[in-house]
Amino acid sequence: MVVGIKDAAKLIGISIIVCCAILVCTMFLNFYFDIRQVEDQVPSGQAMIFYDAQVSTAKVVCFVTGGCLLITSIVMLLFYIKHYIDTRKKELGILKALGYSNLKIAKNFWVFGTSVFLGAVLGFSGAFILMPKFYELQNKDGILPEITVHFHPLLFLYFVILPTAVFAVLAIFYASLKLKRPVLTLLKDDLRISARIKKQEKDWDCTFTDGLKRNTLRAKKTLVFFTIFASFCFSAMTQMSARMKELASEMMGIMMLMIGIILACTTLFLAMTTVIKGNTKTIAMMRVFGYTQKECCHALLSGYRPLSYIGFAIGTIYQYMLLRIMVDIVFKDMDGIPVYEFDLPVMLISLAFFAVIYEVVMYVYSEKIKKIPVKEIMIE
Amino acid sequence: MIEIKKITKSYGNHENKCQILKGITARIDDGDFAVILGASGSGKSTFLNVISGLERPDSGSVIYDGSDITKLSDSELTAFRRKTVGFIFQQYYLLPDMSVEKNVRMGADLADHHDYREIIRAVGLEEKLRKFPGELSGGEQQRVSIARALAKKPKILFLDEPTGALDESTGRQILDYICNLQKKDKFTVVMVTHNINIAEMANTVFKMNSGKILQVYTNETQKSAYEIGW
Repeated sequence: MVVGIKDAAKLIGISIIVCCAILVCTMFLNFYFDIRQVEDQVPSGQAMIFYDAQVSTAKVVCFVTGGCLLITSIVMLLFYIKHYIDTRKKELGILKALGYSNLKIAKNFWVFGTSVFLGAVLGFSGAFILMPKFYELQNKDGILPEITVHFHPLLFLYFVILPTAVFAVLAIFYASLKLKRPVLTLLKDDLRISARIKKQEKDWDCTFTDGLKRNTLRAKKTLVFFTIFASFCFSAMTQMSARMKELASEMMGIMMLMIGIILACTTLFLAMTTVIKGNTKTIAMMRVFGYTQKECCHALLSGYRPLSYIGFAIGTIYQYMLLRIMVDIVFKDMDGIPVYEFDLPVMLISLAFFAVIYEVVMYVYSEKIKKIPVKEIMIE
Repeated sequence: MIEIKKITKSYGNHENKCQILKGITARIDDGDFAVILGASGSGKSTFLNVISGLERPDSGSVIYDGSDITKLSDSELTAFRRKTVGFIFQQYYLLPDMSVEKNVRMGADLADHHDYREIIRAVGLEEKLRKFPGELSGGEQQRVSIARALAKKPKILFLDEPTGALDESTGRQILDYICNLQKKDKFTVVMVTHNINIAEMANTVFKMNSGKILQVYTNETQKSAYEIGW
């Protein structure tokens, strides 16, 4: 078997993101279906406005969170498949040379769907565990009639069966597409430089480490996206969670905070692991020549730092805009909703925590660089 | 001067343990052109890795001007490699996404060597400064790796089968470059090869087999790269 369950297990990042997405979407969509069942019993006036706001919130949260995390999961899956093929192209080339067709090899990539299945099952089950408490908090003032939790089989199909099947098919399709290369290209060491790097190589006079720093960023744009996304998630979710107590519930705030931190850490770890693994030979060669651990870190990791703070800034603006829209449009007719203003202290606290977490992650990876043996360059 | 005393090195553990170096003692003088000659599996590359500070021996010592590098910490060993040695490998190990100039700067920046373009010119690659390794022939790539190693102004240059992946004509050209640069700059050269003809270019030859040095001899006259057989 070309791809095993062990390889699929490395997609833990996708499992975590899918778990978070399915948890949130299942909870809100299930709530949406259940609240719709009590629509006839809602008295007109303030209760109806509250009902409409709850329905809109469920839809907005489901679409925004689900959509955002779905796109991230797809990007992550495609990235991992490409990375997998690039790192094992010799083995795959041998299979092709022996006569295996692209599709026959690509079929083995269905196992990547299992990571989605795992995340979906956990998220779906987790949603049903949290749901009674969630329903209670959503209607804690008793404005609406009692809403009971129902199991909607359609949601199981949409959120567990369908994503697993779609991701498995997507993995097979994308892998077969990526395998459409001549056998010799897979078997030989690829010394071709991407046109992007060649075109952008204008900084001829910069030092070697600065040149390497720029090349590392240019070579894998997906990792730049993941780094920005990680800090974006952290910034948006932690700052939004601080306002959830007033706008929704404390539970919602805690949930948002947890999801934000988990997503940010998972994505950042994935990005940095890929940077280090993709540059193992470069690091080993630098160590052979006598570059210090600090210089290696500067060349490979420091380029991501400004990007992560850009992501943090985008996240701050995004959460402000989103909450502003929620307060100004969705809750506009409701009483007791506070005027939403930018919360500077919360932003500063979030930024401080982010800086600490980011530097800890960088420290962990600088230690990993230290442990790469110089003999790594001689290992094929 | 490099003094090598009773070096041993094994790989694997328990029943799979395989002793590669079996108590080697040797001496390489400053400015020497030394060749470590041996068949595949004789332990010559491991020996080179140990004396150059890429690997630690199980026992024994490697003394550079009175300082034993086997006793150094990882960061001290990195500093030693930075200041003292240069490497040229059979597979070149150039960075594919970096231009010829940047690959050479990898070595030059370590020695604050601002005239690194002189070395690129010396190895005949001034026209290819902005090309990438994938756009060069094997011989040109090896010349880049020579320029990269020399740009850090090493006191000792270690070469592991530098012509192993090259054809005869390019191989002779590369050896000629190294020989001429060594004569001009007087650095020490330690080269590993399985080719007995190449050993005729050396001043001192260490003949190895099964993890031991069987014979050490000095060539009375060093032949040039174009005088030896292939």
